[in-house]
Amino acid sequence: MSDNAAGLDPRSILKEFKKNKISHLVWLPDSETNFMYQVMTSDKDLTVVPVCREAETIAIAAGLQLGGKRTVVLVQNTGIFESGDSIRGIALDLNLPLLLLIGYRGWVRHGITKDSAAFYTEHFLHSWGIDYYLIESDSDAHLISHALSSAEANSKPVAVLLGREYS
Amino acid sequence: MVVPTMQSNRRWSLVSSRPDLDLPLTGCMGKASSMALGLALAQPKTRVIVIDGDGSLLMNLGTFVTIGEQAPANLIHVSFDNGVYATTGGQPVPGSHRVDFAAYAKSSGYRSSHQFEHLEDFISSIEDLFSAEGPVFINLKIQEDLDDLSADERMAMPSLVKNYPAMKDLFAS
Ligand SMILES: Cc1ncc(C[n+]2csc(CCOP(=O)(O)OP(=O)(O)O)c2C)c(N)n1
Ligand SMILES: [Mg+2]
Repeated sequence: MSDNAAGLDPRSILKEFKKNKISHLVWLPDSETNFMYQVMTSDKDLTVVPVCREAETIAIAAGLQLGGKRTVVLVQNTGIFESGDSIRGIALDLNLPLLLLIGYRGWVRHGITKDSAAFYTEHFLHSWGIDYYLIESDSDAHLISHALSSAEANSKPVAVLLGREYS
Repeated sequence: MVVPTMQSNRRWSLVSSRPDLDLPLTGCMGKASSMALGLALAQPKTRVIVIDGDGSLLMNLGTFVTIGEQAPANLIHVSFDNGVYATTGGQPVPGSHRVDFAAYAKSSGYRSSHQFEHLEDFISSIEDLFSAEGPVFINLKIQEDLDDLSADERMAMPSLVKNYPAMKDLFAS
């Protein structure tokens, strides 16, 4: 389940979580982030909370954060579309410094994506005023810490897109 | 701590003794139980009560399964099952006479699940229900009772957005 063919080792992401004392990951899996599943679910310091539908993740994360737990949400870009009203009514309205880790389905480094999920992803984040960063390989993983600090400094949600290309 | 939503929001605000600990979810239909779950998981020693609506439950039905899977012992999930979208004028909720919310909760892994149609029955069980190990689900079949609030009254209602800034460091480590 965990490969690092795309140059991104799940342990680099876990290391960032640990550095930032993240204790909870609210997650609905997808192909783009499947490579992290084993590592995240078997780490004893990280509690993974699986959900049935992505819109739950934002509200669960808000409850966990209010309860003092440092929490990250991990969903596919399609799941972000599913979560629109929760992003609006909870993450944005409460000014939650919440990290949204997003599997970037359809992302291509060169050329033009044929997947509307990818086409709309950045438009969608722009329209909410949510800043985002792209992670492709281990050398980008430090952007997670950067994104978390900016979320906290600005009291607002922030996104990190996980770009993995499929041939 | 109590997370009321929709009509229970105003009802609860009339009786709450600790409004500073209430999390009234006014928008974000369906997500009150999810927020309550997060809070219950984060603070296992705090009893968390969510007062849901029937329409709201149908909008986030997977919440039963997510809660059942986590099974927080400190969570009580109450539903105001009035058969209508009372907040928006009393339009019927689809399937309201067929859907068995208590059965959903039970098959999703709640430790116990109940339905009450008579106030007296509910009142006589209330102590047991609220001291039982959770997650507990309590579906209250209630009559529709529409509010006719002015715009000003609506604006004055308690809301999470108003309460949150003062609450956000409540459990800060
Ligand atoms: C996503 C979304 N869709 C529709 C609405 C409009 N709306 C507000 S309250 C409500 C009805 C809620 O019904 P229920 O959960 O049964 O609560 P009640 O008002 O009966 O207490 C609706 C449809 C909304 N706020 N959000
Ligand atoms: Mg209703």
